[in-house]
Amino acid sequence: MSSPLNRQLLRLATAGSVDDGKSTLVGRLLHDCKAILADQIAHVKTVSEARGGDFDFALLTDGLRAEREQGITIDVAYRYFATDKRSFILADCPGHVQYTRNTVTGASTADVVIILVDARHGVLEQTRRHLAVAGLLRVPHVVLAVNKIDLVDYDESVYTGIAKEVGQLADQLGIADLKTIPVSALVGDNIVTRSENTAWYDGPALLEVLENANGRTDISGRALRFPVQYVIRPQTDDEYRDYRGYSGTVASGTVSVGDDVIVLPAGRRTTVSGIDRAVVSATATAVAERPSAVAGEAVTVRLADNLDVARGSVIVAADSSPGTRRELSATVAWLSERPLTVGARLLIKHTTTTAQAIVTKIAGVLDLDTLGVIDAAGLDLNDIGKVQLKIAAPLAADPYSSNNITGSFLLIDAHDGWTLAAGMIDDEEGELL
Amino acid sequence: MTATLEAPLNAHTVTELDALESESIFVFREVAAEFERPVVLFSGGKDSIVMLHLARKAFAPAGVPFTLLHVDTGHNFPEVLAYRDNVVEQLGLRLEVASVEDYIADGRLRERSDGTRNQLQTVPLLDAINQHRFDAVFGGGRRDEERARAKERIFSLRDEFGQWDPRNQRPELWSLYNGKHKPGEHVRVFPLSNWTELDVWNYIAREEIPLPSIYYAHERDVFERDGMLLAVGPYSQPRDGETVAPRTVRYRTVGDMSCTGAVSSDATTAAEVVVEVAASTITERGATRADDRASEAAMEDRKREGYF
Repeated sequence: MSSPLNRQLLRLATAGSVDDGKSTLVGRLLHDCKAILADQIAHVKTVSEARGGDFDFALLTDGLRAEREQGITIDVAYRYFATDKRSFILADCPGHVQYTRNTVTGASTADVVIILVDARHGVLEQTRRHLAVAGLLRVPHVVLAVNKIDLVDYDESVYTGIAKEVGQLADQLGIADLKTIPVSALVGDNIVTRSENTAWYDGPALLEVLENANGRTDISGRALRFPVQYVIRPQTDDEYRDYRGYSGTVASGTVSVGDDVIVLPAGRRTTVSGIDRAVVSATATAVAERPSAVAGEAVTVRLADNLDVARGSVIVAADSSPGTRRELSATVAWLSERPLTVGARLLIKHTTTTAQAIVTKIAGVLDLDTLGVIDAAGLDLNDIGKVQLKIAAPLAADPYSSNNITGSFLLIDAHDGWTLAAGMIDDEEGELL
Repeated sequence: MTATLEAPLNAHTVTELDALESESIFVFREVAAEFERPVVLFSGGKDSIVMLHLARKAFAPAGVPFTLLHVDTGHNFPEVLAYRDNVVEQLGLRLEVASVEDYIADGRLRERSDGTRNQLQTVPLLDAINQHRFDAVFGGGRRDEERARAKERIFSLRDEFGQWDPRNQRPELWSLYNGKHKPGEHVRVFPLSNWTELDVWNYIAREEIPLPSIYYAHERDVFERDGMLLAVGPYSQPRDGETVAPRTVRYRTVGDMSCTGAVSSDATTAAEVVVEVAASTITERGATRADDRASEAAMEDRKREGYF
């Protein structure tokens, strides 16, 4: 039997434009996977009736007072559901253009992004933006749900036209895996099971795709990157008196006892002498050794030599060190109402390092119509742009295309701490867009 | 080295519980590294117990580098208080208590007309945060619990009045948690954000984490009110027309004893609770928290004011 003990977790994000039925789709998925319980249904029924309307699926997900009053979704809501095969964390992201930052947020951790299009309206500017975000953030799988297919009388040509247009956009944006599905969230066509209403469609239903998609964490085969979060030194009088371990979560690859590694930014070589995981009982706190750990696992690593290792250090495979850099070319999604201009002094947060940064160049902004980069003097809210940064500390950074943890960063306002931008480090050859 | 290289790379795929555990441990370590005065809210309820278990794992073999804070309603289940004190003593932790009772006694707070105290916890909580200058406050809230909580960040900024502004939250990307805040502000941190009730119970079963006895089936004198089974006790007495009868029950949540309901259950182990929770047709809060039913946005309103 499948349970959280042996089941894998898949992270989803949904994105759509206003009124294309996203809340209905999410409500339908949750409902048909039995993730909505009797008291929640009773609550929605009561509120729907009080407003004199039909059962409104959106009330299941729109939790804030303002959302209910205005009938819109404002902020990312997280939902949880499971099937026999998988359990899912769903980030339900609002569709309005001013909330694109929420789509970026949801997509940053997603294994699959579901983008909705209303079959009657086809590809909108928001669709292009959502596709661009999914491509930019290298979401492994993108599903385009052509919704309200019942409202175009299950017309195959409508579906085919949209699928073709989106397929071309996906190619331009470098989206590796795109699946297109005709659905009706309201009726339930092709959501959980394949629908007879779309006999011309021979692909899988949405849930089949979700149950069979590979997760983003399947990067154990990549080179080891282990950002050190916190140094553990018990300094107690017991067997752990001289214990010194470097705690963190394996960002990519596998770390094994005996591995030759380099500690960045210092660049010193050493060997992994131990990998520990905690063993705690009601009264005792201890660690047990294990031979290796893979990407996504939180462990504590011990090293053979007594080096200067602290938070901000990154332990990497000796045979594939990324080195360090103080200058970055990156693509950023600008998430703030405050515009970005050249010369701005900001903080950059990259793995476990936070350092000062100066924006030395704004190389351009993404034009959603042509998907090309055009000149820009600054970046405004929701712009996706290319920038160059000079950084006050050396960073052990990889291109985002090869590592979404050591290749990503935040730009933060040094005065009030606000998160201004999500950044993705470009490939050495330059172009991420 | 050879022995470990021979194992196929996918020999241990990261399962749901392992992924959730690692995510929570990551969060604890980030806070320990980036904040000066973190505190863990600890009520003796199952979510705070799991939180403490994860915190211990994050820093083993060293001890937990955080103080605990209990906001005490004065309407406690005695089994839960005993559990709390026992844990603090066994692990050598430091516990601060903010007492709603003290606030009522000296007039800073007034008893509500319905006599329940969950909502009275906000002021003592915020005062304790100010008094001790806590800058990161770990809460056991889960996004699956409630609609407003579904919108929470893992690092959630509170202004100097302790207020949450759900319309103006920082975007939270990848696993880059931004803990920057101005003096007087603090950050609420929710390491169990992505856990469901079922995950918590599966984890308690797997890790064999001891819980207060009221989480398992026991016989108790109860009466029914608003579709909930309430215990007869010093803070809750049956009204006219409500009849008291002994029933075999357990608690799905523990809070103010006067408004926390029990559910009928025969589950005496965590594994049996897992089976029950998986088959339940009512949510945890729907079944057991009268105060959350108050309005469409009861939790949002309380959270805006600084509640857990």
